[in-house]
Parts: sequence; structure tokens; C-alpha cells
Amino acid sequence: MDSARRLGRAQIDVLAQLGVSTVLLGGIYALIAVGLTLIFGIMRVVNFAHGEFLMLGMYAAFWAYDLAALDPYLVLLGAIPLFFAVGLLTYVLVMRGVIHASHNAQIFTTVGLSIALQNVALVVWTGDFRTLRPWHSSVVIRVLGTAFNLSQVVAFAIAVALTLALFAFMKWTHSGRVMRATAQDHDAATLMGIDTDRVYRLTFAIGIACVGAAGVLVSPLYAVYPTAGLQFVLLAYVVVVLGGLGDMVGAMLGSLIVAAVEVLGSYVFGVAWKEVFYFVLFIAVLVFRPAGLFGQRGAETLGV
Amino acid sequence: MLRLDAIDAFYGDVQALAAVSLEVGQGEIVALVGANAAGKSTTLRVVSGLVAPRRGRVLFGGEDLTPVAAHRRVERGIVQVPEGRRLFPFMSVVENLLLGAHPARARAERASTVEYVYSLFPVLADRRTQLAGSLSGGEQQMCAIGRALMARPRVLMLDEPTLGLAPVLVSRIFETVRAINADGVTVLLVEQNVRQALTLAHRACVLESGKLVLQGRARELLGDERLKRAYLGL
Repeated sequence: MDSARRLGRAQIDVLAQLGVSTVLLGGIYALIAVGLTLIFGIMRVVNFAHGEFLMLGMYAAFWAYDLAALDPYLVLLGAIPLFFAVGLLTYVLVMRGVIHASHNAQIFTTVGLSIALQNVALVVWTGDFRTLRPWHSSVVIRVLGTAFNLSQVVAFAIAVALTLALFAFMKWTHSGRVMRATAQDHDAATLMGIDTDRVYRLTFAIGIACVGAAGVLVSPLYAVYPTAGLQFVLLAYVVVVLGGLGDMVGAMLGSLIVAAVEVLGSYVFGVAWKEVFYFVLFIAVLVFRPAGLFGQRGAETLGV
Repeated sequence: MLRLDAIDAFYGDVQALAAVSLEVGQGEIVALVGANAAGKSTTLRVVSGLVAPRRGRVLFGGEDLTPVAAHRRVERGIVQVPEGRRLFPFMSVVENLLLGAHPARARAERASTVEYVYSLFPVLADRRTQLAGSLSGGEQQMCAIGRALMARPRVLMLDEPTLGLAPVLVSRIFETVRAINADGVTVLLVEQNVRQALTLAHRACVLESGKLVLQGRARELLGDERLKRAYLGL
């Protein structure tokens, strides 16, 4: 008897469910990771405060729902320009001063920003876990033996649409070309008449807008608290290294791999193990393929 | 048109230029020659704004460029082709060219300028979708010059455009520079092929250890005994 025939109806359902869960989770991770990889690829800065902007996005959605009963998807329309502005302001006030400084100075700056934002959130909103339950988070969709809730599907669809829009922007618009050129050769870009400070400002603002949007999208699915960003940003680092630093397509594929590892690991060994698995993966990539699974060798020092 | 006025420039504590003054007139080709580390590239970088002089001024059409940021100088029409081409290696030839037309003044005309660049370098039209990093050395240099032309320069500065190229390509690049100049673009050229540079240029300046030691009509410098001994190996 061949092995396929031994797979019963129940096992096929489980596999389908795991597959769907992977894709849904991967889409959201991709949106978090593309912002991080964009900022790294173009500015050569690792934004250790990335998760805190995600946390702020979650709080924005929570308070809009709690105080004004606004649906997170409606809040998203305002959150994207809001977080774009937050990114601009953060660049001008904080990042501009260290953009040409040593990596140490940049690390201290973004780690400091991360701690500061966590503690401001703690003081202002306390450490309570908060949840928001809009109507769509309790709508369960069943298709071909798999089940998932509506919030997950919408979050996935919007995250993928935003990621693809960013990808198209980078690939086909003049501004996108200007950003990639600045990443590849800062001085040569200046000699083309490109205002590189403006490029960095725009890059940081777009990266923060992405992660802010991701925060709003995950708010119906996860608890909101001051260090909520950490759980996501840790895996975003894994995704970014896996995909090749600064590589956007790599980040999308990396998101799916990390999501698959998380979903499978949780199913087979239990949820508590999931972080062990993706950090083992992380270390393996760093040891065997430091340019990332999909990264062009040498590209990590040259940009996208 | 372009004037450097007693420029002192430093890299850290090391002085790269000492009281360098020179002038480039409208429509001229001026060659900057000298040994390695004589300050030729630094002179170009001071004009393009990548290096800020410690003392002295750069004047362009009477305007003092000191407060003008490097990227704004490109809008004024000062465009540099950097040493080593410095193309964007992971972008295609046509993307590199379009990036050259970044200044607003040039962007409006970029469709016609691309055709002009393709007419100067037909090989770039054949390679338009190829990644710039995969071109041969000569093609990369053509792409770098083409990219600079996309900005519609009034002054084109070329830093060692023939470095590492085969002799037949060297002549080809020199012919193209002559053609670009004939179309009304002023040229400031840094070259290690001293003889060919002096044959091409109207005037030349000789730098030695950051100082301007000799300048004059290129044809006359070709016969200069000191220059012959130092650079032409005669």
C-alpha cells in the first residue's frame, strides 16, 4: 500500500490547515519585515525600534476602537499617513544625527529609542494586556476542511497588497529608482543630483508607515501591551537575514519560511518551541549562508 | 565660466590642495594632468562639492558655490563622471541613464536625451536591459559618460575616463569627448594618458603634490621640456 493512500481525510485536513495558517501568517510577517529590510538596505541602519512602532500601531487601533468604536480597517486609512509622518519626524529628530556615524552609535540610538518608546507606553497606557474584538475577529470561515477567522484573512490580504505596492514603487517609479541608487552608491547618487538626505527621510518614513500599518492589522489578533512589538520584531530580524539583508523579495519568501517553521513547529512540538526553531534556523543561515538564502553574494554590502 | 580661487583642501590632516587657482572658459576642454596623488581628483571633487575646501572659493558663472550643496550643483549644470565609473551595478543600463536625468531641468527632456546618448554610444542601446555591473570596462565607461550627459551638463568633469581600457577604446572615448565638446559642453578632464589628453585639450594645468606648477595652451605644453621628462617618458 503506498503512503498517499494511508493519508486519511483527517491528515489531509491538518496539512491544509497548516498550509493556510502559514500563508496567512507569512503575509503579515512580510509587511513587518519589508519595512525593516528597506530601512536597512537603503540607510544601512538596523532599526532596533522597529517593533515599538508596531506596538504604537496596535495602540492606535486599540484606542480608536475603544474610544470611538472605529474599525481597525478604517483606522488603517489614517494610520498610514500618520505613521509616515511619525517616521519623518523620527528621522529628522533622531536618525539624521547618526546616519553617517559608526554602527555602534546607530545601534545605541535605535536601541535607546526602542527602550524610550516602550517606557513611554508603559507610563501612559500601563502594562495591562488589552484586546480589541471587532465583529470580524469572531467570524469563522470554513473552506475545504480548513478554518480561519475573517480578521486573519483581511489582514493577510491588505498586508500582501501593501507589500506588493511597495515593491512596485521601488521597482518602477523614479523615486524608487532613486532610493535603490542611493543604496548602491551614496556618492555616485549625489553626483547625479540626488538629495540623499531626502532619500533617507523618505525611506525611514515608508518603513515606519509599513510597520505602523502592520500594527493596526494585527491588533484584532494579538494582545496589545507596551512590549508587544518584541515578539514580532525578533522574527522580523530572522526574516531579513534569511532573505538577504536589504532584499525585498527575499524578505517576502523569508516570511513564508519563518511562518512555516512556526506553524509546523507549534503543531508538532507545541507552541512553546516555536522560537527555538526559528532561532536555530537563524543561526544556521548566519553560519552557512550569511548573504541569506536568496541574497546575491556580496550584495549585502552594496544594497538592493 | 568656472573658476577656482586659491583652494586649500584637506583629507583629515593631510593637505591635498594648496592654493590652487584655475579657470575653465565656456566651450573649452581643459586637461588636468599630474602624477598619482597630485590632487587632480580632489580638484574635481571640490568643484562637484563632494569635498569642501578649507579655504578658497569655487565660482560658476560668477556665483560663489560655497553654500551650494553637491546635489544642487548638478542642477546648475556641473556634472562629474567619477573615477572608476561608479555605475549602479544592480540596475540596468537604461535605469542608470534615467537616474542621470534626476535634476528637474533634465527630467523634462530625458526621452530625447536618451536618444542622443544612444546615438553617441549605440552599444548602450543594445545593452539597455542588461545590468550595468555585467558590462565590459569600456561599455561601463560609456554608460557612465552617458549617465552624466543625461543631466544636460554645462560643464562635464571626467575623472580618468580611460583608466584600464584597451588602446582602441581609449581613442574612442577621446573622440566622443571631442564630439560632446563640439555640441557645446565645456569639459574638465583628468587624464593619465598625458600625450592624448594634451592633443585633445585646448588648455592644460599640471598639478604636483597639490600645487599648480604649470599651465598653458595644451599644444605648447606638449613641447615643454619639463613635462616631457616627467610624464611623457622622453
